[in-house]
Amino acid sequence: MKRTIPLFITAIGGFVLIAAVFSGYTQSWGEVAAIWFDVLAAIAYILGGGNLMKIHLKKISDRTEGWAYSVVTIIAFLATLIIGLGKIGVNPSEQFPDYAWSGSYREVGGPFWWIYEYAFKPLTATMFAMLAFYVASAAFRAFRAKNLEAVLLLGTAFIILLGRTYAGVWVTGWLPDWLSGLKLENVTVTIMKVFNTAGNRAIMIGIALGIASTSLRVLLGVDRSYLGGGEE
Amino acid sequence: MYEFFKTLDRRWIFLMMFLAVAVPILIIGATGRTFPEEPTSLARAVFHAIEDLPEGSKVLLSYDYDPASEGELSPMATMFAYHCAAKRHRMYFMALWPVGPQMVDDTIENVLKKDFPELEYGKDYVNLGYKSGYEGVIKVIITDFTELYTTDTRGTPWGTIPMCQEVSSVQDMDLLVNVSAGYAGTKEWVQYAVTPYPKLTMVAGCTGVQAPLLYPYIPQQLQGLLGAIKGAAEYEALVTECYGARMARRDAEGNPMVDDDGMYVIRGKYTEGIRRMGPQLVAHLLMILLIIVGNVIYFVERRKEGRR
Repeated sequence: MKRTIPLFITAIGGFVLIAAVFSGYTQSWGEVAAIWFDVLAAIAYILGGGNLMKIHLKKISDRTEGWAYSVVTIIAFLATLIIGLGKIGVNPSEQFPDYAWSGSYREVGGPFWWIYEYAFKPLTATMFAMLAFYVASAAFRAFRAKNLEAVLLLGTAFIILLGRTYAGVWVTGWLPDWLSGLKLENVTVTIMKVFNTAGNRAIMIGIALGIASTSLRVLLGVDRSYLGGGEE
Repeated sequence: MYEFFKTLDRRWIFLMMFLAVAVPILIIGATGRTFPEEPTSLARAVFHAIEDLPEGSKVLLSYDYDPASEGELSPMATMFAYHCAAKRHRMYFMALWPVGPQMVDDTIENVLKKDFPELEYGKDYVNLGYKSGYEGVIKVIITDFTELYTTDTRGTPWGTIPMCQEVSSVQDMDLLVNVSAGYAGTKEWVQYAVTPYPKLTMVAGCTGVQAPLLYPYIPQQLQGLLGAIKGAAEYEALVTECYGARMARRDAEGNPMVDDDGMYVIRGKYTEGIRRMGPQLVAHLLMILLIIVGNVIYFVERRKEGRR
């Protein structure tokens, strides 16, 4: 039963969405299924929060290596959740002044805004910015012209790196108009539009075919791996 | 020297990268001068998609990114809002990412409220906020907004917002503008909005890593694309060329300021992309230099091993 009902729901949902694409009569069915999906996606946040608590509480309980990070995670999670859901420190909106919770949780100057502005924003921006350092280090150590393919990749990388800045214009700016196609900024566009697009389209078509076949296997109940290894 | 590079500690590389980015930022900040931009056809396509629409057109702006990619995407998000406001289009802001509404708030605060105080919330622009469901949201609002958006972010009912009364679904929009940092983003808008409803027109701005994956959709499903800071800088060059007088700093008498070359001195927030191209140039040159040095070491070592 634990496997049959999810299989049934999956098959119905999948076939309704397929039918919705091919017939105007069934189009509204697909819209209803999409709304169900959005409701489920919202509920998935609760599941995600519960899972996060479970994993990190277990780490703390077992005193596994780095358990202190789990403490920080749980404190940050709970503090943000309580402040955000409770709209702590938020004033009622001008439209509905009689309702205490009518204000926006993102109100400027409020505790949730403070967390976003002074903790979340700089932390995530810092993480992303650090990529530049690691990419430079990796490029120095790993980007080697070991064979023809690597040489082609290296050459393309140089052209793109130069062509995406003013250096490209500066290096090949002297070329006459009839050779403008060889200017680095134009070569960059050609690489992206022709070679990159051709390769990506081939990959995308392959992926699409793979998704279609895998989806059919799931909808027909042939592939049940997504249900996990629980008992029937 | 050879031995130094052969055993180069990665902390030296980190320091070099730090200087490669920091020094140009300081120089550009002090002098106010940076490199010129020559817009490509894709940036021009984005510009004309907004510019050629008649005044008062309905534009849906979906800001699907977060602070992690704000450095790369906020200049184009700012410029999209400015361009639409300058053309007096009606702007419907929304987000598929949980912190997208904050990105929208920043844009409204920095661009619309400061430089277009005459625009009225609800009549000229509206913030619809975030809904969970990623591409599921697109699939629903492509046929009916009110199935998901019963209010805006302020809690105002959909039916009482003047500019919302004129639209029932995404299909009523004259243009879709998407700023995307990944999933859900431009690819999903193309797949679930533009592909099934080909009458829709869409332009986008995305991160550098996403751009190669989106080229296959140009120009049928995606009319124009701004790739990373370079794309934003090109778009800024086009918008400032067109609206420079309005975007320029003002002197004591309120007249737009011009530099020695007779060019308008554009306010900093509208040249973020162009200014960030300076650090990008030096960082790219450093990367190329590091790759060349790394390969020289590799070939020298290989030759030495061959002799043995």
